[in-house]
Amino acid sequence: MNWLPTSASTFAPQVDSILFLVTIISVVSIILVSFMLIYFVFKYKRKSVNDQTPAITHDSFLETLWTVIPTILCIVIFIYGYVYYDRYTTTPKDAYEINVTARRWSWSFAYPNGKKTFNELYVPINKPIRLVMQSDDVLHSFFVPAFRVKQDLIGNRYTFINFTPTKEGVFDIYCTEYCGLSHSDMIAKVHVVSEFEYAKWESGEEAKVENAYADMAPSKVGEQLYSSKGCVACHSIDGANGVGPSWKALYGKKREFTDGSSELADENYIKNSILYPVKGPDAKLVKGYGPVMPSYQGLLSDSEITAIIEYIKTIK
Amino acid sequence: MTDHHDFDKNYLENGKGFKSWFFSVDHKRLGVMYLWAIGVFFVLAAIASFLIRFEHLSPGQTIVSAQTYNVLFTLHGAVMVFLFIVPGVAASFGNFLIPLMIGARDVIFPKLNLYSFWVYCAGSIILLGSLLAPVDTGWTFYTPYSIDTGTNVIMVTFGVFVLGFSSILTGINFIVTMHKLRAPGLTWDRLPLFCWAAYATSLLQVLATPVVGITLLLLIGERYFGLGFFDPAKGGDPVLFQHFFWFYSHPAVYIMILPAMGIISEVLPVFSRKPIFGYKAIAYSSLAIALISFLVWGHHMFTSGQSKLINIIFSVITFAVAVPTAIKVFNWLWTMYKGSIELSTAMLYSLAFIFLFTIGGLTGLFLGALAADVHLHDTYFVVAHMHYVMIGGTVFGLFSAIHFWYPKMWGKMFDEFKAKIAFVLIFIGFNVVFFPQFILGTQGMPRRYFNYSPEFAFLHQLSTYGTWILGVGFILMLYVLCRPTGPASANPYNSLSLEWQMPSPPPTLNFKEIPTVNDSTYAYGTKIEQEA
Amino acid sequence: MQLMKFIKSLAYPSEMLPPIIEEEESHFDPETVHSSAKMGMWLFLATELLLFGGLFAAYAIFRAKYPVMFLEGSDSLDVVLGSVNTVILIFSSWTVAIAVQAIQENKIKLVQVMIWITLICATIFAINKYFEYTYKFSKGIGPGTDIFYSIYFASTGVHMLHVFIGMIVLGIILKKTYQGRYSKDNFTAIEIGGLYWHLVDLVWIYLFPLLYLA
Repeated sequence: MNWLPTSASTFAPQVDSILFLVTIISVVSIILVSFMLIYFVFKYKRKSVNDQTPAITHDSFLETLWTVIPTILCIVIFIYGYVYYDRYTTTPKDAYEINVTARRWSWSFAYPNGKKTFNELYVPINKPIRLVMQSDDVLHSFFVPAFRVKQDLIGNRYTFINFTPTKEGVFDIYCTEYCGLSHSDMIAKVHVVSEFEYAKWESGEEAKVENAYADMAPSKVGEQLYSSKGCVACHSIDGANGVGPSWKALYGKKREFTDGSSELADENYIKNSILYPVKGPDAKLVKGYGPVMPSYQGLLSDSEITAIIEYIKTIK
Repeated sequence: MTDHHDFDKNYLENGKGFKSWFFSVDHKRLGVMYLWAIGVFFVLAAIASFLIRFEHLSPGQTIVSAQTYNVLFTLHGAVMVFLFIVPGVAASFGNFLIPLMIGARDVIFPKLNLYSFWVYCAGSIILLGSLLAPVDTGWTFYTPYSIDTGTNVIMVTFGVFVLGFSSILTGINFIVTMHKLRAPGLTWDRLPLFCWAAYATSLLQVLATPVVGITLLLLIGERYFGLGFFDPAKGGDPVLFQHFFWFYSHPAVYIMILPAMGIISEVLPVFSRKPIFGYKAIAYSSLAIALISFLVWGHHMFTSGQSKLINIIFSVITFAVAVPTAIKVFNWLWTMYKGSIELSTAMLYSLAFIFLFTIGGLTGLFLGALAADVHLHDTYFVVAHMHYVMIGGTVFGLFSAIHFWYPKMWGKMFDEFKAKIAFVLIFIGFNVVFFPQFILGTQGMPRRYFNYSPEFAFLHQLSTYGTWILGVGFILMLYVLCRPTGPASANPYNSLSLEWQMPSPPPTLNFKEIPTVNDSTYAYGTKIEQEA
Repeated sequence: MQLMKFIKSLAYPSEMLPPIIEEEESHFDPETVHSSAKMGMWLFLATELLLFGGLFAAYAIFRAKYPVMFLEGSDSLDVVLGSVNTVILIFSSWTVAIAVQAIQENKIKLVQVMIWITLICATIFAINKYFEYTYKFSKGIGPGTDIFYSIYFASTGVHMLHVFIGMIVLGIILKKTYQGRYSKDNFTAIEIGGLYWHLVDLVWIYLFPLLYLA
């Protein structure tokens, strides 16, 4: 069994060393306490009701001993925790800044070159990263176990995380501040890639992504996007009502809107709802649901939207 | 009123039926009623937790929907915290024992005591009334989610506000009682340690509760009148809510645990036949913990976005509160040294308390260390840590008290052997439930998650199986306690403290003559080795 | 029987007043009860101060954050009405103090007059506050307008609640003076009722400069 998640940032081994230190202290202490407990219970077991016991009320030496030793241990642990925390919170000069916005229940990332991604964070390896984060609604918390970093996101002020990834791969991003219904599905991925690949990705060669889908049916691509782009958090495919309407048998269904009008759910309606769910030309809100869906404009390409529509058609 | 009658009849015989209890100002009856009430709420919240664990038997949906899950953990937290553990030991055993231990006929304000109980009942009804539209905020009511959600937050927070009054009034009652009604000769340095712990607890109740009161009042105002203190959309600050909330809720942790520590300090000397080791250190460390606990609330917020300097300061003070706690543990251990130890059920629970509370305390060191907390905060590690302190500490302390004072409270004995089997089941079950959660948390499993990745499945399942063992243990314990075996003598353990020097159960007005105290409550053993 | 007693105690909330202990039912000697009641009341006042302490803390934090908003908000409040109310409350605190002094000299008549004056002052205070509130509402300003008004309405609102509670307490005491329940040997209730009124006054003395004169 893995006691710890993968260690994939410069901060991770530091955290692990504290965990290790405190574990050692804890194990030694608990063995000491249990030993005394069990030894005393057996050694001084009551033999008769007339057992003679000494009236020891205190012992200055012993009491000083177990005041001083825990104090010293506490100071040591504090210093360890402080030193590494100080390094973690100090922003390196050449940090690469990425803006993070959290909303119920998805993450979006904006890069210095104007690129945006959704529920997928791309970072180059061995480069200090600084996340500038803000929430659009309630509190959220950005947690990457592999990096050992965590920070809450708040509505009206920025919060920050610094880390330097040290290992290529794909790691989980969790939300760890309770944020409602789909809190546990507010999961994104961080892709740590080599500098070369990152440059390629950054320069806009999405060919890689398109290629991956090249020999797949659009509805299959849509099925993947359904979970990777976070639709899953609000829209069920089994007919259950979530935050948003279920996708089950959605295509071709009559939709009734909050403004009293209605429309059949065809391709254009679905596309419009993805791009302009709440605001914008011809935005319509289905009766019984709140205006909570973020716009996917700029986050999904036309071909991806088509793939999603094809997928919706298959859910009967 | 104080005729002969009240000394001949014991408090259980003094009137029968609902009204003779619900309108009684007798501190012993109130203590028993609190015990029943917290017992009922404990069972209710425990059922919620069993459902929560059952849900985690597999990733994704097992038995309940995500919304129901969110409601369940809120219900579990709110009922356990505000209805069970905060009033908990202090209100039940505090009421029952303090006047008996200090040699008084009642608490100083008996009527106020009854009103506190009624207020507690009213608050409970309001809080549980919210079940009509169950709340999904978690017991911490963090803003802005709690301003935003469509569930019945106003009712729950108002319930907690009302419960706060009960807590404050009980606290005032106990403090004044201990100042004014101690028997002649019962100086502060002879006072039983349970009373010291209750005194420190009462101080916390009086000084911390008003702050959560105004916080929740403002939260109600945010929802009802549109105040903007905690709502970022109106220029308010959600972190301020957390400061206010934890300014109460961290001291509340010690409101929960201190009375249990007091119980341990009573049980250990009796079953070791030794004076409590380091009486002064234990008494003063209770006060020290109470005072320092007001200055550590920020360690709940290391990742909330408060400033780095504040985090560092709170981390230092947090470690400072660990030291008096360590002192207590070693003093309890050394009380057993060269003793004559009898492993009664009450003693077993107390020893388990020391072991589990030590684990709870040590894992607190992980969370106090800044860099480690960044990783562990809001994961299952915190859940496990908190339950080791709250169940392994407070609930085991409470169970110890229930068994220890059972003869005094009911005038009956129980089946020790079966009670010990129940203890073993509870002890094993508890560890199987919560120890895996330390590992889950270290691996990065966030708390309050309806769904989880399959990689966490094994430990989650293990934890769920543990709740079944725990449940069987609870049921067996209840069964044993509901079937007394025979009448109890006045002092079955040869204890020296005042409450055992009267018949079991105690007479309605406790003492025919107020006793005079000449020695420490813990004057066990021969005096040959006693230092000057 | 006990149920009747309970219903009666609901009809006469004075029975509910915590510190008022019927002498014949007490297990303790009157001197202990008197000093205990005072100690209990001081502890209760401490909790009240902490309750307002939360509001003062919020005031300090948000004032540091939005200094201009607080200046502008403060300017919009009516200093004259505020000052009048301050004078009225301080005066009523003085009359209560006289009442507490008078009962120890067994001057029941003076006690009654002084409590009446206190109650009238409290009523004037409430009427002034009513006009202040309605004027603000008529201009479209409410508790949700901005943080300053949130503070203003929350703190004066909670204070107003205390004024009303104080009036009820004093009203009950006044009624009991007519029933001849108090004398120089039994004045605990008047003394701690007076303490409560002083708290109401004290809190306002802080609120007034913070909100009106900032």
